[in-house]
Amino acid sequence: MAAVQGGPVDAVEEKDIKTEPSNDGCGSNSTNDGRAASASPGSGAPAAGAKPAAAAPEDQQTLLAVLQFLKKNKLTESVDILRREAGLPEDSLDLKGADSSAAGSGGDLGAADASSLLSRVTASSSAVVQAPTKAAGEDQPDVNVVLSAYSQQGDPKLYPVYYNGLKRFIESVLDCHRAELSQVFYPLFVHMYLELVYNNYESEAKAFFEKFRGDQECYYEDDLRILSSLSKREHMRGNETLLDFRTSKFVLRISRDSYQLLKRHLQERQNNQIWNIIQEHLYIDIFDGMPRSKSQIDAMSGSLAGEAKREANKAKVYYGLLKEPEIELPLDDEDEEAENEEGKPKKKKPKKDSVGSKSKKQDPNAPQQTRIPLPELKDSDKLDKIMYMKEATKRIRLGPENLPSICFYSFLNAYQGLTAVDFTDDSSLIAGGFADSTVRVWSVTPKKLRKVKSAADLNLIDKESDDVLERIMDEKTASELKILYGHSGPVYGISFSPDRNYLLSSSEDGTVRLWSLQTFTCLVGYKGHNYPVWDTHFSPHGYYFVSGGHDRVARLWATDHYQPLRIFSGHLADVTCTRFHPNSNYVATGSSDRTIRLWDVLNGSCVRIFTGHKGPIHALAFSPNGKFLASGATDSRVLLWDIGHGLMIGELKGHTDSIYSLRFSRDGEILASGSMDNTVRLWNATKAFDDLETDDFTAATGHVHLQDNSQELLLGTYMSKSTPVINLHFTRRNLLLAAGSYNP
Amino acid sequence: MAEERRQKQCSVSLPTESMKAMAESVGVGQLQEESCAALSEEVSYRIKEIAQDALKFMHHGKRRKLTTNDIDNALRLKNVEPLYGFQSQEFIPFRFASGGGRELHFYEEKEVDLSDIINTPLPRVPLDVSLKAPKEQQKVESTEPLKIVKPGQEDDGTIQGKTQGATAADGKGKEKGLIRLKPRSTHELSVEQQLYYKEITEACVGSCEAKRAEALQSIATDPGLYQMLPRFSTFISEGVRVNVVQNNLALLIYLMRMVKALMDNPTLYLEKYLHELIPAVVTCIVSKQLCLRPDVDNHWALRDFAARLMAQSCKTFSTTTNNIQSRITKTFTKSWLDEKTQWTTRYGCIAGLSELGPDVIKTLILPRLTIEGARIKGVVEGQVVSNIDKIGADHVQSLLLKHCASVIAKIRPQPDLAEQYRTDYGYLGPMLCSHVMKARTQAALQAQQVNRTTLTITQPRPTLTVSQSGFSGSGGPRTPSIIKVPSSLTLMTPRPGTPSQPSPPATKYIVMATSAGAASTQQVL
Repeated sequence: MAAVQGGPVDAVEEKDIKTEPSNDGCGSNSTNDGRAASASPGSGAPAAGAKPAAAAPEDQQTLLAVLQFLKKNKLTESVDILRREAGLPEDSLDLKGADSSAAGSGGDLGAADASSLLSRVTASSSAVVQAPTKAAGEDQPDVNVVLSAYSQQGDPKLYPVYYNGLKRFIESVLDCHRAELSQVFYPLFVHMYLELVYNNYESEAKAFFEKFRGDQECYYEDDLRILSSLSKREHMRGNETLLDFRTSKFVLRISRDSYQLLKRHLQERQNNQIWNIIQEHLYIDIFDGMPRSKSQIDAMSGSLAGEAKREANKAKVYYGLLKEPEIELPLDDEDEEAENEEGKPKKKKPKKDSVGSKSKKQDPNAPQQTRIPLPELKDSDKLDKIMYMKEATKRIRLGPENLPSICFYSFLNAYQGLTAVDFTDDSSLIAGGFADSTVRVWSVTPKKLRKVKSAADLNLIDKESDDVLERIMDEKTASELKILYGHSGPVYGISFSPDRNYLLSSSEDGTVRLWSLQTFTCLVGYKGHNYPVWDTHFSPHGYYFVSGGHDRVARLWATDHYQPLRIFSGHLADVTCTRFHPNSNYVATGSSDRTIRLWDVLNGSCVRIFTGHKGPIHALAFSPNGKFLASGATDSRVLLWDIGHGLMIGELKGHTDSIYSLRFSRDGEILASGSMDNTVRLWNATKAFDDLETDDFTAATGHVHLQDNSQELLLGTYMSKSTPVINLHFTRRNLLLAAGSYNP
Repeated sequence: MAEERRQKQCSVSLPTESMKAMAESVGVGQLQEESCAALSEEVSYRIKEIAQDALKFMHHGKRRKLTTNDIDNALRLKNVEPLYGFQSQEFIPFRFASGGGRELHFYEEKEVDLSDIINTPLPRVPLDVSLKAPKEQQKVESTEPLKIVKPGQEDDGTIQGKTQGATAADGKGKEKGLIRLKPRSTHELSVEQQLYYKEITEACVGSCEAKRAEALQSIATDPGLYQMLPRFSTFISEGVRVNVVQNNLALLIYLMRMVKALMDNPTLYLEKYLHELIPAVVTCIVSKQLCLRPDVDNHWALRDFAARLMAQSCKTFSTTTNNIQSRITKTFTKSWLDEKTQWTTRYGCIAGLSELGPDVIKTLILPRLTIEGARIKGVVEGQVVSNIDKIGADHVQSLLLKHCASVIAKIRPQPDLAEQYRTDYGYLGPMLCSHVMKARTQAALQAQQVNRTTLTITQPRPTLTVSQSGFSGSGGPRTPSIIKVPSSLTLMTPRPGTPSQPSPPATKYIVMATSAGAASTQQVL
């Protein structure tokens, strides 16, 4: 047994090292700390629905599993320390061990165990309230079981026969069930193949793969390619994709009727092999009602680990906007406006807050104002807010009849090195991240970029004078462009702070850097990811920011802490893009595992999992009212999601290459998408959101029925000349700015 | 196709010979076959793994091309020292060599003499990254603070237009945005565009017919002209204004042909310039005098042609909001109904109306045939009339006969009796009757082939000749129309829109004639 486990154990270790490579000896210890701060991958979903009280037993489960692992590897010292810190009694481990051995042998019982599985599944689907605690208990895969799963095996020669038998059966069932049952093919195929590879049946595995590969849905092509390259047991060690497949259960949604059909068939045939796989590695989410159609299934599937469980999307999300702080608008006189633009502090007159008054009533869907602590507004922020409101009154109403003008900023001579772009909210600055590790900041207004004077010079300044803010700037350093050096790898993510004082950049070198736009120097390097950091984004209220990278976690930071406040773990592959919700209480992350997750900043739990994309997600955008999310991926589609109901509500097809940027207009009427196919496309967001009818049934079952109306929603396509669009931004007056580097 | 690709992907792995070759290159000889096979499998797997990771970096670098840097990064991800010294090149010049039964692809690395490198002057420093925003956009929202720069690459893309469709979509979109936000403003043209504009306008009003044909062809087909459209339209409208006053028939004809060419260009959107073009065209239809000698010159052809242009633009551009057709119809009808209207204008109005289609003829012209007939009768049979009036009445008569006959042939029941026609249509009745009968037989013969003769008066090419003096071309069956053109036909100044200069004494003549055949078909139809 121990010999068999050698491989997988190492694999786990490698995963641990990934999060903390410097800690070789006690790697698992530190991982455990990380996990305690957030939900662990396997249990993230059920924990979302659970009250804090329910989370405690689940944490204990994790701890026990880790303890057991340590004990197995004779790391007694670590066991003691961990036990002491967690306050666990001595005997708890033994108890758990007995439990797990029972579960391990349970797999062999096959058909006999089927009813218990069924009852569990039924319980979790019908009684949602009860489910989390129960699922948390049983769902947490015992380390042993998971790792040794592939050691149980039947006759490898029979695998194709089994598979074929199931295939024939599914082809023979009624049409309405066929589509649903066909979902089983892909996970079954993968697990059978892996089992063959794991048990060193190389040629059989190859033959099996060749024979049935063609049956799989085309959107699994990328994973199959990875799978095809793997033919030896040794390969399985470091391969993350496979690790995910083994440690996380593939989630299927199947109607009760279809499930019964499948179960009966497998029991009749005594087909234990397939049944074992279904039990061990699949999570079947059974629902009552009509079986879903092929198109419904296709819309939701495609992610690395199947669809999201329904409970995963049940948690309440406060998607409403926070109340705007009340700022008295000064009178709209021309001269005052002129003065304001010069940046002088204004005496507030208690009048005329027409814009502010409308948001006085609290939105029932909004989180409490103090749900997460937000920084207080400074005077300069208030001034900016006033500017914003003034600009907002001049905003152009967009609509299908009134499309925005688009201004394209081309980066010339970038030699394909432009990797990220961001605009400030007031559109006065553009920053670009480059493959040569530099960050460049341009001013696009006549106002040039100036540094603050040196400390010695600052001493000479009269600090009482009115224009002290003007005097601290060094006129000699004025230029249109400032280059920030500091990273040692391509800069993949870039984000301005809302107050324009800071700039964040994330890089291949594993760090996120915070730059001051006053001194144009690096202030902090946030270390923690250790692997390339693909994206970073400032909270709309400043202070917090989120980053996500190759280590598959997203981290929440505060600018004044060098360690992350939250670690959002759960994605099964790289976190490719990160976005803050407009109310700063949630963070959305898109990943290479082709899912989008929404995380609660308050407790770090995952509150939404959206599946449906068929490629890595590279762009996310929240609608300005906070209700909807748009996502763009390499599958060149834009998908629209209703956050409150946790549903897919639209699919926008039209692009012909990866989508790298998405942006809603300031009032949310238009969605702009930019892509590698050198086009900017505008979509009618109002119509896309109005058309949907969220009746109770759809909301309850999560079955989407999308109509194919992309062409109606597409308002315009604008080509550029071989310039991929990598960022879009609506100015406060709704002019659309686009940016990309010209590739001759 | 996907199937094929899949097959390929599955089977690719390095041959064992490569392993051997590589082993030899690092000094390991006599590698066993088994070890080679095991090695090659392992190596293939690792290479694939690295390639997959490298792809990830390519995607995040927002590129379509995998570079060696991506592979370096992928290696670093695996904690492997990257391979230094490789650079991405446009194509990798693998060389092929064979010998001793072995085939080898290799990357040729030449020996480099260090002193060469040291002694050669440094290459030019590559240009630094810069940010460009198209200039025209900056005018869109003048309050929007943007950097002023020369028109960037994006502009060029739309001007030259890789594909027609793309340009059309793009141009339209941009224009839409522009017009809405700010009234039309003059944009600067690039030097090439200015040259092109100069050449085209010069050729269009110049004396060389071949050049003109070429220029018109260019206007009618070139996809990237929209930036010059405002200039062209101003050029035409001012040209017409000046030349009408100077009665310069030839130039008016040339300008109308330009209008036609602009309309023919599928990538141009004339809507925004109709306010300049329509008055010009209408002037050419109804102006009292279009040439110096109305008794001799064939200004009627110009009126016909312009009327056809008018009808065409009505068809393409009339919408419920701009109401071009109804406004034009009203204008024509009003001046036609006026008793004092001259024959030339009258002719223009009728031509303009009748080109608008059979419906217009039916409702507006047919009811007035009797009155018009009486007026013509008055001129033809009356004694004291000028020659000019007589010619005018003649033309109006033939015009009416031409257009009305076909319509009447359609709406009137078969038996065509001259008496019946006289009671219905008055003086013109009998003539109409014969024309209708002719039209019926014609219609029976030809299958609806409407002969839209354009104003290429050069139809039988040789008839358009340029002679130094005299009337060399006046041998035609009909009286040839002679058009005088000032010698200084280099009207073109670099500045657009002022194509005229005071015409000096005539020294040169362009003689134009339509052949009898062409004329007669025109009459019949």
